[in-house]
Amino acid sequence: MRLRLVNQDTHLDFMAIRRWTVGASAALALASLAALFSLGLNFGIDFRGGVMIMAETEQPADIAAYRSALGGLGIGDVSVTSISDPAAELTGAARNAVMVRIGAGDGSDLDAVNVAIRALQASIPTVNILSTDAVGAKVSGELLLSGALAVVLAVVSILFYIWLRFEWQFSLGAVIALAHDVMLTIGLFSVLQIEFNLSIIAALLTIVGYSLNDTVVVFDRIRENLRKFKKMPLADLLNLSINETLSRTLMTSGTTLIALLALYLLGGEVIRGFTFGMIWGIVIGTYSSIFIAAVFLLWTGLTRETVDADAAAGVRFGAPDAP
Amino acid sequence: MLYFSLWKKALVIGVCLLGALFAAPNVFYDAADTAARARTQIALVEARGEAPSPELLAQAARWPSFLPASVLNLGLDLRGGAHLLVEVAVEDVYRDQLVGLWPAARDALRAVRETVGPFRQVEGATDALVIRLNEPTPQAVSAAVAAVQDLAQPVQQGLMGVSGRTFDAAGGADGVIRVTLTEVERAAVLERTMAQSLEIVRRRVDEAGTREPTIQRQGERRILIQVPGIGSAEELLALLGETAKLTFHVVIGQTENPDAAAGAGNVIVPDADQPGAFYIIERAPKVAGENLVDASAGFDQDGRPAVNFRFDTTGARQFGDYTRQNVGKIFAIVLDGEVISAPRIISAITGGSGQITGSFTVEEANRLAILLRAGALPAAITVLEQRTVGPDLGADSIAAGEIATVVAFAAVMIFMVLSYGLFGLFANVALIVNIALLIGFLSAVGATLTLPGIAGIVLTIGMAVDANVLVFERIREELKRSKGVARAIEAGYERALSAIVDANITTFIAAAILFAMGSGPVKGFAVTLGVGVVTSVFTAVLVTRLIVAGWFARARPKVLAL
Repeated sequence: MRLRLVNQDTHLDFMAIRRWTVGASAALALASLAALFSLGLNFGIDFRGGVMIMAETEQPADIAAYRSALGGLGIGDVSVTSISDPAAELTGAARNAVMVRIGAGDGSDLDAVNVAIRALQASIPTVNILSTDAVGAKVSGELLLSGALAVVLAVVSILFYIWLRFEWQFSLGAVIALAHDVMLTIGLFSVLQIEFNLSIIAALLTIVGYSLNDTVVVFDRIRENLRKFKKMPLADLLNLSINETLSRTLMTSGTTLIALLALYLLGGEVIRGFTFGMIWGIVIGTYSSIFIAAVFLLWTGLTRETVDADAAAGVRFGAPDAP
Repeated sequence: MLYFSLWKKALVIGVCLLGALFAAPNVFYDAADTAARARTQIALVEARGEAPSPELLAQAARWPSFLPASVLNLGLDLRGGAHLLVEVAVEDVYRDQLVGLWPAARDALRAVRETVGPFRQVEGATDALVIRLNEPTPQAVSAAVAAVQDLAQPVQQGLMGVSGRTFDAAGGADGVIRVTLTEVERAAVLERTMAQSLEIVRRRVDEAGTREPTIQRQGERRILIQVPGIGSAEELLALLGETAKLTFHVVIGQTENPDAAAGAGNVIVPDADQPGAFYIIERAPKVAGENLVDASAGFDQDGRPAVNFRFDTTGARQFGDYTRQNVGKIFAIVLDGEVISAPRIISAITGGSGQITGSFTVEEANRLAILLRAGALPAAITVLEQRTVGPDLGADSIAAGEIATVVAFAAVMIFMVLSYGLFGLFANVALIVNIALLIGFLSAVGATLTLPGIAGIVLTIGMAVDANVLVFERIREELKRSKGVARAIEAGYERALSAIVDANITTFIAAAILFAMGSGPVKGFAVTLGVGVVTSVFTAVLVTRLIVAGWFARARPKVLAL
């Protein structure tokens, strides 16, 4: 008996509910934008500048002791939070660790990190400094800019690639789906106020890559079916293509999610935000390639003529045409 | 599609074996790592014509000598260490250059005093040397501009690059003469300053005996310093703060015996380039490096490579007096207790600047210029970014990464077998080959593995089966169209290819952009993701197909249980 995520022969009418799904996505995207402008993002020190120190003690962490050690140093706002890692507690690798954040607002005084370490070592003799990060305002500004630029550049070059390989209608559909994924992911980070740092940019770019991967597989089938079924109405044809690839779509999402879940639960505190972003992105990306990208093909007025006209000229790998 | 020619079969299997060969050292990480380091050491020792020590040979013997020994480099976030990004204040050097022009400009203007009349320097400007003539007649201004401009040296940026003068002098009707550095000179000064800063930083970090530091120029005026195994960035900063000592000494004689009697007031110092050669020099320096303001590579009158240098006022006077009294003799340029050069004094050097000629190549002249300046950092450095990771946290991250990888691996493999049965097993073999190829490639090219890099591997595990899933699903569809098993498998591979290639190229584009734009650990993620895409396409399209073809040739199934 084989494990089947979906029946082999599905005939789900995805296009019938397109007004609902696109409406819901549009609402979520707007909500994300609203959250971004009202709540903002909880930028990590990579993008904001400042100092972060991770420290541990042999005894359970005494937040008050850390606070009193760092108070009155004149190094700016100090916040101390304890770090708990449920997975590490299970495996016995847990540490009595705390995260100290020093909001050197303008980020100019990187020496705060050295001052703070000396103060901690003086008043808590058993303290062990696990890691320190100090980023100046100059660098953090650049990191944010280059991060944003990377995401935009990725979307643009992918738009270009899809346009090259398919038609502009496909390209538009794919990019709307990508923008949707990126927006909803940023929105979630804004609503939950999860720290947004350099690794989240990496997660965003991977989501872009993955979501597109999914979209392209569906598009590839749509193109093939457009040539195969000359009379079928476009909505039916899109439905057929999505249904035919549904098993693969869910299968790949499944294996990727399994791997990411293992990383999320067991990969440690440092990359938890990153894997969380990825998991959300995979779910959203899978959804968007079915419900957003394909729907926009319907709305951009894709016709067989546009595909046929380019059939000879298009750059294609393999032999997609049925005999 | 189910037929593989012999050479193609051999090629695919060969690549897989190569991957396994290069991945293997990582399984025996400590042994291979020790051997790899020992091999490097032995090569260094043998290059000097010496015999390697028995310990080194024993360490190298921990791993078979015919196998590659390079393992995955662990990033700072995994093995612990300090990371510093500093910026060099090149503006200071530009200003110093302009300030240093004043004595020569003053002398040149004094020489034409009858024409230009009285003049003085106007303080305050940082981007120009400003001289004001008290009697700004047009003749005086043009004569003054010509006299100052005449001091400008020819300068060339790059081997084939733009050439020009070091500075431009411009005069106005108000009698104000502004001397500014040309773009070519600014670019040359920037390159020189950065090269010197890098050299000094490298010397400092090496001096401390730290293992495998990374010192790189980043962008126009930044230096990235990564030192593994150092507990605090403050130590590193203290190290960089120290200044090197550069001195000019009278040479008494040369010897090959480091224990020879030097005589009162003299010391014996080794030659930096020739092992076994020593100089006997006067202990008290004639001129100290603090008085050196600039040194650059150039050419002498005969077109031979030479090093130009310049002292400040004090240094110029001291050096002038000394060289006048010792024409024809040798003096030693000593850096950190080693003689880096011992030129002969050809003539008295009174203008504060001089030229070291010798039988050196352009590269050597360049190096000497850098070394001459390496006495002190040419400009102040400011810390932009400072990060440290303790070894405990690094070990935690490695452990967490290992567990996550193993669990993800096992879960995906079980999932594949449950879904596709025998074909799932084939895909799993391909997955193992895929990871071996990925790790083998990363080890062979000396890529650095970071924690996000491990995340990239785990993600690859999840996504790598995608190409196989595409093929298998396609075969299922073709089977439903009641074609023969062989035809269905062939059609499955044929028709899935287009989707596989498109889907993976898009992911690869994202990885490439991440690599180009990302920094540090994120770059590590991009590398594993990008390489993972390539290896997963290879394994799905070729390795799995080879297995399926082999199985099909033997089993000849009438129906396919997929």
